[in-house]
Amino acid sequence: MPSPIIRIDNIMKTYGPLTVLDGLSMNVMPGEKLALIGPSGSGKTTILRILMTLERINGGHIEVDGEQLYHIQKAGSLVSADERHLQKMREKIGMVFQHFNLFPHKCVLDNITLAPMLTKGVAKAAAETRAMELLDMVGMADKAKSMPAQLSGGQKQRVAIARALALSPKIMLFDEVTSALDPELVEEVLNVMRKLAAETDMTMLLVTHEMGFAHDFADRVLFFDKGRIVEEGKPDDIFRNPRQERTQSFLRKIIAAGHRV
Amino acid sequence: MEWDWAFVREIMPTLLEGLKITILATILGAIVAAVVGLFLAIARRSPNPLVSRPVGFIADFIRGTPLLVQLYFIFYVLPDIGIRLSPLIAGVIGLGVHYGTYTAEVYRAGIDNVPRGQWEAARATNLSIRQAWIHVVLPQAIPPMIPALANYFIAMFKETPLLSAITVLELMNQAKSVANSSYRYIEPMTLVGVFFLVISLISVVALRFLEERFARVDER
Repeated sequence: MPSPIIRIDNIMKTYGPLTVLDGLSMNVMPGEKLALIGPSGSGKTTILRILMTLERINGGHIEVDGEQLYHIQKAGSLVSADERHLQKMREKIGMVFQHFNLFPHKCVLDNITLAPMLTKGVAKAAAETRAMELLDMVGMADKAKSMPAQLSGGQKQRVAIARALALSPKIMLFDEVTSALDPELVEEVLNVMRKLAAETDMTMLLVTHEMGFAHDFADRVLFFDKGRIVEEGKPDDIFRNPRQERTQSFLRKIIAAGHRV
Repeated sequence: MEWDWAFVREIMPTLLEGLKITILATILGAIVAAVVGLFLAIARRSPNPLVSRPVGFIADFIRGTPLLVQLYFIFYVLPDIGIRLSPLIAGVIGLGVHYGTYTAEVYRAGIDNVPRGQWEAARATNLSIRQAWIHVVLPQAIPPMIPALANYFIAMFKETPLLSAITVLELMNQAKSVANSSYRYIEPMTLVGVFFLVISLISVVALRFLEERFARVDER
C-alpha cells in the first residue's frame, strides 16, 4: 500500500475568535479524487487555501509528498518554514479558483506561459507549445490570443485549469470552480474535469456544491461541518445512505434547493 | 506703462534658457516622484511594522510641511552636515520627494484596487513576491492611475518657481533678474505667466487624452 501524498495532522485554523478548523486530520492517497462537501463556513475551502499556502495554520502539521508543508528541520527541531521552502512546496500543488483569477492584462496564452517561464525557466517557445497542448485539451486553442475579458465564465475557468496544469502539479485543488458560472456554462467545465480525471493520475481535491458531479467524480466524499469531518465514505454510501443526522439534513436541504444528486 | 516689443525680443533668449531649466526640473522631479512614491507605497504595505510605521510617519511629515521650507532645508541646512548639492539637484530632490509622498497615495489606491484574487493566483502559480509585483500587480495597478499621476505632474510644474528661492536659474528666476536689472516688470512677468499657461494648457489636453486612454477600468 503506498503512503498518503497528503497527511493532515490535527490542524487548527482560527480567524480572531472564530475557529474554522478544529483539530482536523485526514489523509489523501496518490491519485485519489476527493470531494469535500458541506455547508458554507464548514472549513472545506479553508483546507484548500491552507494546502495552497494562501492561509497559515495556527497549529498542527501537514505533510505533502513526503515533506512538511509549513515546517522545516533546523538544528534537529521543526521550525516554521521560510518563503523559499513554501515556494518549493507550491510546485507540487495547483489551484483553480471560484472566480477564475485570470491575469486580465495578459492574453490567454500569456496567462498560461507566465509562471512556467518565470518559475521554471522554461523557454518561451517550449512554454507556448505546452500551453497550446493544454488549451487544446480544454477546448480553448482557438482563443489563445484572446484577452480574458472577451471570454465567458466557462471559458475563463477552462483557461484557469490549463494555467494550473502548465506547472505540472502532483495535486490539483478545485475550489467551487463552477459556483460563479451561469448554469448553462457549468457542464463545459465539468467535462474538462472529467477528462482530466480520466486521462491523468493527478491527485484532486474538489470543493463543490455540485452533488451529482461529486458523486460521479470522487473516489471518496468527505462531509464537513463546523471545521470537522462528520462523515466520509464512498460516494454511494454518503449520498444514498448517509449515517449521520447532520449529513442527512444537509443533503435534504441541497436537494430541496434544486441540486440533483 | 507701455508694452515694449523690442524689450521682449531682447529678454526672450534669457527667458527661454530659464524655461529649459524649468522643464528639466519638472521632468527630473517627476521621475524622482514616480520612483519615490512607488517605494513609499510598497514600504507602507509591508507586513513588518518596523518598516511600514516609520515610512508612513516620514511621508506624513513631508506632506505636512511646506515645500519651500524643505527646499531651504535641503539647500542651506544640509551643507552643515557635509551634504552639498547643486541648486538644480537640491531642487529636483525637494520637488521629487515632496510630490513622491502624494504619488505614493495614488499608487496605494491603485494597488489596493487590484483584487486579492490576483495575489492569490500569483501565489498559486508559484510566482515569488517580487515576480507577483512586477508581472501581475503593478501592470494592472499603474494604467488606471496615470491620469492622477499626470495631474500631480502639472501641479509640480506650476510649483517650480519655488526653486528660484534656492538660486536655481529657472524661468521665474531669470525673469526676476531681468526685471531687477532693467526695472521693467510687465514684460518678463507677463511672459512667465504666458509660458506657464501655454504649457499647462497643452498638458491638460494631454491629460484628457491619457484619461481617455487609461481610465477605463477593464472588466476583470
